[in-house]
Amino acid sequence: MVSAAQNWPAALAVAEQLARTATRPWTLMEVCGGQTHAIVRWGLDQLLPPGLRLIHGPGCPVCVTPAETLDAAQRLAQRPEVILCSYGDMLRVPGSRGDDLLGVRAAGGDVRLLTSPLQALELARRHPDRQVVFLAVGFETTAPATALLARQTLAAGVGNLTLLVAHVRVPPAMAAILAAEGNQVQGFLAAGHVGAVMGLAELEQLVARTRVPVVVTGFEPLDILTGVLRCVEQLEAGQAWVQNAYGRVVRQRGNDEAQALLGEVFAVVDQPWRGLGVLPEGGLALRGPYQQLDARVRFPEIHRPLHGAPLEPNPCIAGVILQGRATPADCPAFGRRCTPEHPLGAPMVSSEGACAAYYRYRAPVAPPALAPAP
Amino acid sequence: MSERIQLAHGGGGTLMQQLIERELKQLYPDPAAVLHDAAAFDVPAGRLAFTTDGYVVQPLEFPGGTIGSLAVTGTANDLAMAGARPLRLSVGLILEEGLELELLRRVVSSMREAAEQCGVQVVTGDTKVVERGKGDGVFITTSGIGLVEAAVDPHPTAIRPGDQLLVSGDLGRHGVAILAARHGLALQPPVLSDCAPLWPVVQQLLAAGVQPHCLRDLTRGGLASALQELAAAAGVVLRIEEERLPVIEPVGRTCALLGFDPLHLANEGRFLAVVAPDQAAAALAALEPYGGASIGEVLELQAGPAARVRLRTPLGTERVLLPLSGELLPRIC
Repeated sequence: MVSAAQNWPAALAVAEQLARTATRPWTLMEVCGGQTHAIVRWGLDQLLPPGLRLIHGPGCPVCVTPAETLDAAQRLAQRPEVILCSYGDMLRVPGSRGDDLLGVRAAGGDVRLLTSPLQALELARRHPDRQVVFLAVGFETTAPATALLARQTLAAGVGNLTLLVAHVRVPPAMAAILAAEGNQVQGFLAAGHVGAVMGLAELEQLVARTRVPVVVTGFEPLDILTGVLRCVEQLEAGQAWVQNAYGRVVRQRGNDEAQALLGEVFAVVDQPWRGLGVLPEGGLALRGPYQQLDARVRFPEIHRPLHGAPLEPNPCIAGVILQGRATPADCPAFGRRCTPEHPLGAPMVSSEGACAAYYRYRAPVAPPALAPAP
Repeated sequence: MSERIQLAHGGGGTLMQQLIERELKQLYPDPAAVLHDAAAFDVPAGRLAFTTDGYVVQPLEFPGGTIGSLAVTGTANDLAMAGARPLRLSVGLILEEGLELELLRRVVSSMREAAEQCGVQVVTGDTKVVERGKGDGVFITTSGIGLVEAAVDPHPTAIRPGDQLLVSGDLGRHGVAILAARHGLALQPPVLSDCAPLWPVVQQLLAAGVQPHCLRDLTRGGLASALQELAAAAGVVLRIEEERLPVIEPVGRTCALLGFDPLHLANEGRFLAVVAPDQAAAALAALEPYGGASIGEVLELQAGPAARVRLRTPLGTERVLLPLSGELLPRIC
């Protein structure tokens, strides 16, 4: 059951080369949750030479969406005229009181799962008497699709669709991690699909400021191991530059059309990241004429806090995990009180969250008590 | 307007008689059987296996089968997993008011065909009709009796460290067929359900002199759930080799696209066999014509917290294999 795209001998050869190349201990961060998933899924860290450490970055859009945004989405979904729609994982992420959108749906709210933002426009057209709100999350990879939805909504004059935007930008998070006290990251693996949209320019600015090497790479075992090797080569040679190890997908300039669309629809703003705090220039907000599609403008009352206090203090240490200062196994709740069935925090919800990946592929958990199926 | 099931079809009156006479009688090799409250029949001397199961699949028809073929084959296969030749079956139908009669005909006809393929006779049954909205078209329960032909009962408690793990064919086809039908995916080429009788395959194993320590059909939850259940029941660790798992390309490709693992997908014509190491070669020779493969082995359970089911990747690294949890949601980016 092995994909034809996988080249196992080549991956093992890169791992051997890595062992020969690394003469000192190094600590790298893979920023993207998709890469974290692949590393844990394939056990790639088991192939690294001793002293070479990978720490898992905050590149999980579900994980970093602020609790206030989820609270606002829940408030909206409770309104009888609203159809609240988003991507699947967002429905299970707990807000500030531990409730999720699936709970709102169970209590009668109209919450729907989309696989593409343009489905929200179809929903709005089919239900002209309702207010459709799209909870838009993700990095530079999903933001162009949201921008396209905004452009088409405005062009079509559809008046009953608004966007609750929580899009975030990767480079400011990388800068914040390097600037944080006690930072251990000496080099980055950057995600290929973000590079495919945004190109290398923003990363080059980051490297010029920080002198920390960045290697853009993909998601297959061979891509990731090659990315680690290239990064270690730079570190061993005392170099720091942006290296594109994913040339089959990423071009220097990125995707001009997508960047133009982002510039037309969004402004770069300071943005709170769950667990990391407010990151300067860390997010996107609707700009110019597109502000009329902002759910926060259409429904100003959603800013009010939810009633009541949390039922109990949430022990989730997501913020520390998203900064790579602890692994999921360090969390006392991991695998015990916090599981994919009963997540206490977002990193256990998303398939790109480090906790979900550790739980699924690594945790020595007590076997669940199962009645034998007939 | 097409003919549809009405409440009176379950009311015991004329319409019910017509339904039985025209549509359901064909299920019974002995038509006189439908006239009695219970079936009486001779059984060969020996040990009997008995099982029951409910079928609620949606959609009712899917590429490669219907809820009817599933209900017959599934119960016959449960008997085969006890090392038993399927002999007799009961069929309980719960129909929803408004069900198209033409659809019921197709379901019943696929049940008859499946019974012939499985070599099992339907000898008794029951039919009820529930109000519109109180069912999901058709629910079926089947119970079956079989004659145990394995010299020793296959059972999880017979599993020993050192035993070898084999599957009887490639994995995940039924799950992909159902997903495609449910979500309107036009797969090219289409993936058909693997729904098929398992007794002929088990018979080949027994004929080759193999005494399986355990047999388990891979239905809901797929191979991952079956391994987890057996590891827990037997108090052992099971380790499989990813490279040896048979998955056809269209199944692997669809899973990669949708973010599913073929090891979590349902099968309806595949089983896992656990055999002693000195019988592994004979078992593999018996299963290979069906696309079977040797996939791993049974290890001793060490003290302390440890994963019960492990998977070795083609890179030689090891990870945990957990059963599927929760709903299958599409991936976000």
